Amino acid sequence: MKIAITAKSSDHDGAFEPRFGRCAYFIFLDTETQDWHSAANPAGNARGGAGTQAAQFVANQDADAVISGQFGPNAHTALKAAGIEMYRAQSGSVSSIVEAFQSGELKQVASSSGFGGGRGRGRRRR
Amino acid sequence: MIIAVASGKGGTGKTTVATSLAAAVPADVFLDCDVEAPDAHLFLRPTLEHRKNVDLLIPEVDLDACTACGICDEVCQFNAIVLLNKNPLVFPVLCHGCGSCTLNCPEGAIREVPRTLGVLESGKAIRDIQFAHGLLNVGEPMAVPAIHQLKAWKSKGDSALEIRDAPPGTSCPVVESIQGADFVLLVTEPTPFGLHDLKLAAQVVQELNLPAGVVVNRDDQGMTSEVDAFCQEQGLPILMRIPLERTIAEGTARGQTLIEIYPTYTERFQTLLDDILRRSQNHSKKDRHRTSEERAV
Repeated sequence: MKIAITAKSSDHDGAFEPRFGRCAYFIFLDTETQDWHSAANPAGNARGGAGTQAAQFVANQDADAVISGQFGPNAHTALKAAGIEMYRAQSGSVSSIVEAFQSGELKQVASSSGFGGGRGRGRRRR
Repeated sequence: MIIAVASGKGGTGKTTVATSLAAAVPADVFLDCDVEAPDAHLFLRPTLEHRKNVDLLIPEVDLDACTACGICDEVCQFNAIVLLNKNPLVFPVLCHGCGSCTLNCPEGAIREVPRTLGVLESGKAIRDIQFAHGLLNVGEPMAVPAIHQLKAWKSKGDSALEIRDAPPGTSCPVVESIQGADFVLLVTEPTPFGLHDLKLAAQVVQELNLPAGVVVNRDDQGMTSEVDAFCQEQGLPILMRIPLERTIAEGTARGQTLIEIYPTYTERFQTLLDDILRRSQNHSKKDRHRTSEERAV
């Protein structure tokens, strides 16, 4: 099984990033062989639609599951359409989250976190 | 003559200034461009008689004709159409309705269908002002098409005196609201946030090369001297100061414009308009001069 974890750095032991669409890196891990590699998220600085672009990227890397903190509504729809499972983690290092995943501690995500909407985090300020 | 009232920070008094100016002079046309949270109608009290839907044309893919070539995905600048599992998936709330996917689909598999974003309303307000505003559906993120269609529907261009109440912020909806205006009135308050966002708003106005002036609302608070210094440094004239006063707060809370709270404001706003007219004329002269100079180079 190939999993993708959202991360702040390209390092396997680096910090976990709770945002999906705008994470800096994805760490891809093959849970059977423990082989891993990282890739910069091409959607990290997208003007809009970061969630859908990131989902497509993860799908093109043949990931079976994604671990992140929040999945926005568009990312959620896109990942679901691609048949990718979503798991939610809180915080920690990427390696500790992988451990938690492998011991079955992470919950699968059924619905989106509600944010997102294609305008980045630029929530309107009044 | 089109005057847009903007601010950067929300809650500085854009609507108070825009509606009071409109009622005082009076304006021919008033457009409330804050389609996410319009409130100018509370002050100008129009009878909203005319309605029109705001529709955006978004793609619909005929999956039988689609070959999953991915060109639509490639040309979309907003990641609103994404090829997943060899199926193009459309994300309506991300789509700006530019039509690129439809135009570029080699199979002709995409047709455009309207998506309703909200509604436009118009009618006569106090002092015979032609009032119009837009109202986005709850949760709808696409404000720009609504503002664009509001302008197309009710703006009379240069033939009338038009006041536009812009939304807060400095992003696309503000740019859309300001575009086509002859002058931008920036309303600020002497607070850290007021000044911070005034700086951003001033940059937007500068980028659009529009003449601008400042109204300092709730004056004589902490950062008055900093606001003054910034305006002086930027060559932004301060055209009006409105004091921080309980009477004004109580009046606006009742839906009154400044001229209803203090009749003396009628003259102040007429003077403000004269000032704006003069400055926008000077600016267009300067602008023409500069363009001819540039041409000579």
